[in-house]
Amino acid sequence: MDQSRGAVSGPDPEPLPVAPPEEVRRAQEERLMTAWATPTGWRYWSAVNNSVVGLWYTAATFIFLAFAGGLALLMRIQLATPGNDFVSAELYNQMFTVHGSVMMFLFALPVFEAIAVMWLPQMLGARDLPFPRLSAFGFWAFLIGGTFLSGSIFFNAAPAGGWFMYPPLTSEYQTGIGSDIWLLGFSFIEVAAIAAAVEMIVGALKCRPPGMRLNLVPLYVWYVLVASAMILFAFPPLIAGSLLMEIQRAFHWPFFDPAGGGDPLLWQHLFWLFGHPEVYIIFLPSIALIAMIVPTFAQRPIVGYTWVVLAAIGTGFISFGLWVHHMFTTGLPGITLALFSAASEAVAIPTGVQIFCFIATLAAGRVTRSVPMLFTMGTVVIFVLGGLTGVMVAIVPFDFQAHDTFFVVAHFHYVLIGGALFPIFAGCYYFYPLINGKELSPRLGRLAFWLAFVGFNVAFFPMHLAGLLGMPRRVFTYPEEIGIGYLNMMSTVGAFVLAAGVAIVFWDLVRPKGHQPYARRNPWNAGTLEWMQEMPGKPWGVRSIPEIDSRYPLWDQPNFLRDVDEGRFYLPDAEELRRESIVTSVVDAQPVYVMRLPGPSWLPLFAALAVGGFFVFGTYHSWWTALASLVVGIAIIWRWLWIGSAQIPEKPEKSIGLGKTLPLYASGSTNVGWWGVFITMLAAQTAFWCLVFAYFFYWSIHEEFPPRPSPGPGVFWPVVGGALLSGAWGLTVLARSHNRGDNARGFYLSLGGAVVLALAGIAALAYGPWVTGLNPETHVYPATVWVLVAWNAMQVITGVIMQAYCLARRAAGHLTARYDADLENTLLLWHFTVFTAVVTVAVIAGFPLVA
Amino acid sequence: MTVADLSQRLARAGVRLTAVALAACTTACAGIQSALVPAGEQAERVAVLFWFMSGGAVAIWIAVVALALFYGRPHEAAPNRRRDRWLIVGGGVVFPLVVLTLLLAYGLAMIPPMVARAPEGSLMIEVDGEMWWWRVRYVRPGQDSVELANEIRLPVGEPVQFRLTSDNVIHSFWIPSLGGKMDMIPGRVTYLALHPTRTGRFAGACAEYCGTSHALMRFYADVVERANFDAWLQHQAMPAATPSSRLAVEGQRVFRATGCGACHTVRGTDATARIGPDLTHVAGRSSLAAGTLTNELDPLLRWVAHPDRIKPGVHMPAFGMLADDELRALAAYLQELR
Repeated sequence: MDQSRGAVSGPDPEPLPVAPPEEVRRAQEERLMTAWATPTGWRYWSAVNNSVVGLWYTAATFIFLAFAGGLALLMRIQLATPGNDFVSAELYNQMFTVHGSVMMFLFALPVFEAIAVMWLPQMLGARDLPFPRLSAFGFWAFLIGGTFLSGSIFFNAAPAGGWFMYPPLTSEYQTGIGSDIWLLGFSFIEVAAIAAAVEMIVGALKCRPPGMRLNLVPLYVWYVLVASAMILFAFPPLIAGSLLMEIQRAFHWPFFDPAGGGDPLLWQHLFWLFGHPEVYIIFLPSIALIAMIVPTFAQRPIVGYTWVVLAAIGTGFISFGLWVHHMFTTGLPGITLALFSAASEAVAIPTGVQIFCFIATLAAGRVTRSVPMLFTMGTVVIFVLGGLTGVMVAIVPFDFQAHDTFFVVAHFHYVLIGGALFPIFAGCYYFYPLINGKELSPRLGRLAFWLAFVGFNVAFFPMHLAGLLGMPRRVFTYPEEIGIGYLNMMSTVGAFVLAAGVAIVFWDLVRPKGHQPYARRNPWNAGTLEWMQEMPGKPWGVRSIPEIDSRYPLWDQPNFLRDVDEGRFYLPDAEELRRESIVTSVVDAQPVYVMRLPGPSWLPLFAALAVGGFFVFGTYHSWWTALASLVVGIAIIWRWLWIGSAQIPEKPEKSIGLGKTLPLYASGSTNVGWWGVFITMLAAQTAFWCLVFAYFFYWSIHEEFPPRPSPGPGVFWPVVGGALLSGAWGLTVLARSHNRGDNARGFYLSLGGAVVLALAGIAALAYGPWVTGLNPETHVYPATVWVLVAWNAMQVITGVIMQAYCLARRAAGHLTARYDADLENTLLLWHFTVFTAVVTVAVIAGFPLVA
Repeated sequence: MTVADLSQRLARAGVRLTAVALAACTTACAGIQSALVPAGEQAERVAVLFWFMSGGAVAIWIAVVALALFYGRPHEAAPNRRRDRWLIVGGGVVFPLVVLTLLLAYGLAMIPPMVARAPEGSLMIEVDGEMWWWRVRYVRPGQDSVELANEIRLPVGEPVQFRLTSDNVIHSFWIPSLGGKMDMIPGRVTYLALHPTRTGRFAGACAEYCGTSHALMRFYADVVERANFDAWLQHQAMPAATPSSRLAVEGQRVFRATGCGACHTVRGTDATARIGPDLTHVAGRSSLAAGTLTNELDPLLRWVAHPDRIKPGVHMPAFGMLADDELRALAAYLQELR
């Protein structure tokens, strides 16, 4: 049992024994303030600092929560009585689709990223996230995509296929733009979500304070790390599926159409391969808030730290093996049902471990009353019941009855409202003082809790029964004769009471607090780093970056606040008036270099507008405009990298205090940018493998695949393409060694040659199916081959743009033999590109030979 | 008879009693679509499972909540490693492992009979999901199949095999009183075997969202005695009755002139299209418009005149432009199709 406070004794540097003189400190603070100042006036919206962007982001997700909640109330009015005609069937179907989609994609998931953007650096004693402009881009993309999607319902053009968008209904039968809005709008948001996940992972792994070894990391950060890693592997299947469906809708490639050899079940596999982990991606970072709150109000370190971490990781892994439990009634073989039933039960165990660790922490504590604890108790009461009904529906025979009924609606609202909304409200009451130094009202908090808690149960408990009495999901009405009218009336009343509770929380958040005194610093007497903040906080985040040797430094490290405040730790100054933070090593958190961070910029907003344009114009199948918008977007991103990334510093290294001197530039795997590329490429690979999975899925359902007498793309041209792309990769490797040897001619020749080979390679790869006349509209076989080729084209074009960027950087003197981070990152991308190409050639040219 | 068999039988008897009690103490037709008032072997087994699981779930829930509230009350306590171990290892690992293993064993053992086909020679019914109604075919070995729509009749006490397909969107075929549901997926064939145990009228519904009027894709399943069933099927196999009244004869003329036969079949006439439901014995059915309307004159008139007002998005065109007497004649004809 891990009950120590995790204190590790070692040769860690100690803070300065004596504080710098008062006037030195004041000068340092002024310089820090200049470097980190939040822009004012209309320039406020060009801010990129995590605390500002995180606040916008969180506020936007709460607005979407209110919107989707409002839709839910309208639906509850419609369902209050049998045979009601308050809204039309068409509108109701749009409403439940938008309600579900907005709650999942625009509230529950992004609110985790928003909260993490806001607090992750604070919890890690860092001054910002590693890619501040990327967070801002993610926020703007989210806002643009979300507004587009939500707005569509006011034009009666919203998607109406359910949040699960099953074809053929959505691919063939719903001909309006609703489905396109869903497919493209959410793809845009998913890309933004992946970007945020990349940021979280790099932030958690590389931007920790010196000394914060992996076993000292705050639990919230562990949960965020797990959830972000899950995003990397869960979202790509949905992106791949959306790509296939949008291609079917726009160009009639029959991926899900049985008439062309397609299969609607492929979508279900891809969707739930995303959809089930998604539930845990929502749950884990929410329960993470509980993992921070419980130790604070127990005034004890968490009991079973290692158990919690392992349970979170275990939940993450198991959650990828459960997706078929959404498909128990699709006629799959009994053995498949049994396996997924067992896996679904198994996930209850790590979840239970976490709950019992929290209970054990309380048991060992000095517990006091508080609003966050009230919501925490609500979480336990509601979530545990949802978990137990989850165990029930995971039992196949029961699911045969409960599946697609209101029983399931009740189940997942217990899980999601209990496991996400209540923890988030607990988090609101807990963390609010860090936002503007004021506390929320405990009186309003208690009132809100009881309304929400009672309202929730009155609304959702009867749904269990309604479902078993025969109420299917997604019905805009039901007949009186099945006897569920009174249950639905109860649900409607409860829903409004719940809404009243939520409204009070909202009011408490936004009500003017001008006359209210500032909270005292660390008002809950918490032990983790975010509570170092002064009331109100300063934009620099942390006065000096501390050396950590405990999980709860504010409790365990003597004179900790004083030492931080007096600048006795690292980076207490901003001598060059630049934004800086420390990058540390992954496991031991040893400082490795000082990262220079960009300041306010409009480019993220412009880039989001341009890239958003690609998706919005795509929705209207206005492909040339869409493409133009994308090109503009790429140009903006080029500029963004050019002026703010991998800048050659004016001096090679600087002192960060306590006798440590660190480089100001890093290249290769030390560099956070390299990690960003690596992690992004993992996500891209996952999407690619989903397309490969599609190929073999079709093979598994067809007697003959490739179907005779289809010629296939042949062997010659694909192999030529693969060889040329391998050549492009080889020349990129060569370019790196020329660059290291400062051989400019060799560098330009080899990298220029790589560009030529890359373009020739992708042309050859496409020429195979072209010359053999594979028509993707006729059958899924040619369609799948073309999609694999198209994926390669996309990746190669990205690679070529990056090669061109390196050529330009060197020509402009921004890339040298010593400062070569851009080239390292490009080469890393090419490792993945060439791997993708080789796999593609093996599949499209090699597999038909052995099939 | 083993102990397990005995307990199963006792439990089933208990559920039947509960069912009868429930049916008696609520209004006459409550529970018509309820998985908790079973009338089939599969539904009975699942209902037993449900009550067991619910009981267990409530007990566990009370225990966990009690622990959380007890330890979460304002108090002060010292760390205690033994208690931690009991809570985390005992409550978080060992207890769920044991309970889940037992439950899983029980649940998995139930799967094979649920996904098994009905014995060879059982009644076979093919159902196609349409938007938004059910095309039903009774397969008769050695004879022509009998096609009807939105109505299912089953002999009590005999297994029945459903063969489920769809050539449009995904639907799901569900009669909660008799058993679980099974999806109807374009390009695939799925099977569902049921075994009704008592007579009565039960409601069924589409359980997979299938477009605008998904909520109105319903039907009734009548479980009857074997003799009754045979007579009914024999009647269903016969061609349509010739119209007798003058109004009905006029109605058949309207039916032809308006082109109803371009979508519907009335066996024994020149109307043979299969786009819409077969109308050969429409007047004898328990409902109109797939469980949406009672099968009476007034709803029939409203349906033919403006089907989209009753079932949004329906493919059938509105015939409100027909003169009132034409509509009435048409209805008279349809009402003679018993």
